[in-house]
Amino acid sequence: MELKALFVILISTIFINNYVLSQILGLCPFLGVSRKLDSALGMGLAVVFVMVMASFFTFLIYKFILIPYDIAYLRTIAFILVIAGLVQFVEMVIENVSPVLYHSLGIFLPLITTNCAVLGVAVLNTEAGFLDGNLGLLKAVVQGLGAGLGFTLALLLMAGIRERLEIADIPENLKGLPITFIVAGLMAMAFLGFSGMKV
Amino acid sequence: MNYYREFAKGIWEKNPILILGIGMCPTLAVSTSVSNALWMTLAATFVLIFSNIIVSLVKSVVPSHIRIPIFIAIIATFVIIVELTLKAFQPDIYKSLGIFIPLIVVNCIILGRAEEFASKNTVLPSILDGLGMGVGFGLTLTVLAFFREILGSNRLFGYTLIPGMEPATIMTLAPGAFFTLAMMLWGMNAMKSRKGR
Repeated sequence: MELKALFVILISTIFINNYVLSQILGLCPFLGVSRKLDSALGMGLAVVFVMVMASFFTFLIYKFILIPYDIAYLRTIAFILVIAGLVQFVEMVIENVSPVLYHSLGIFLPLITTNCAVLGVAVLNTEAGFLDGNLGLLKAVVQGLGAGLGFTLALLLMAGIRERLEIADIPENLKGLPITFIVAGLMAMAFLGFSGMKV
Repeated sequence: MNYYREFAKGIWEKNPILILGIGMCPTLAVSTSVSNALWMTLAATFVLIFSNIIVSLVKSVVPSHIRIPIFIAIIATFVIIVELTLKAFQPDIYKSLGIFIPLIVVNCIILGRAEEFASKNTVLPSILDGLGMGVGFGLTLTVLAFFREILGSNRLFGYTLIPGMEPATIMTLAPGAFFTLAMMLWGMNAMKSRKGR
């Protein structure tokens, strides 16, 4: 039964409660890095990694440090410092492994720290009732994975559409951000369809 | 230094949302009702002003390569103050803004102003800059929330507008947020290009 619960968390964070298109989190990288498919993929994978790791560490810190010492109100500051450290680590790895990707991601790589979807998943993990059960840590990590994959999915879809929009004939005043938001709205409407899914 | 300009640039000329295109997540997510928008503005402006003050005071002491974590820690401190205050005095608002209160920490506007303005200027201009950016953010947010609340829930400040009319619920959901902001940006581009002609 636990396996089923994990599967439900994964599917619902990817599709039904997609972090970008239904909960409106992580829009800055969604708009900033969705111009080209390959940099979108690199960004997505970096976010998946940071989200899974952040879910893991922030959950442990919250459950075994902040709650026992009754300092749960320090949640925000503790979580953001963990995330900043992780992002620094990912940045160093990407810089060494793939300098090309490092340059195409540019300013958006250090900005994963201020990607609200990452802090969002860490905060939501502490509020989702995972703290009491035995498999809480696993559920938190699965939610992090689902949130990251959902973000990557939305980013890839958007990048695919925007590559085509480059050559499309759009009214002058709609070019740039306005047309991107209209596309995002249409995608969000499509994703609303998943909310009828019974899992 | 022209103090009025430091204040006024945030409202139109360098409006954080419409011109700079930052701080989108809280803008779209909490603009479901005007009262949510106003409380969010109040909370974000408080954090913006006070983090600008502290950053402008400590700017000469902070080593430049670790400035970002230090700025984030300063911002997070004020966010926790806001979080605890709202929880104690406005529990309903705290509940309806939900995770977007802790997420003020990662609002790009606040870190952006700390990095771009407060770390290079003295205290008084930094306060005015924070206030102006807060007002610019709040105005955009409120206009957005105004349309979304009327269309999406047929209400304004909690009062029903047209009795018996079925509201378009989609306007309070994510698609409505994206479409309304797209319309605002479109209108603004149209105004700019007309002026340029």
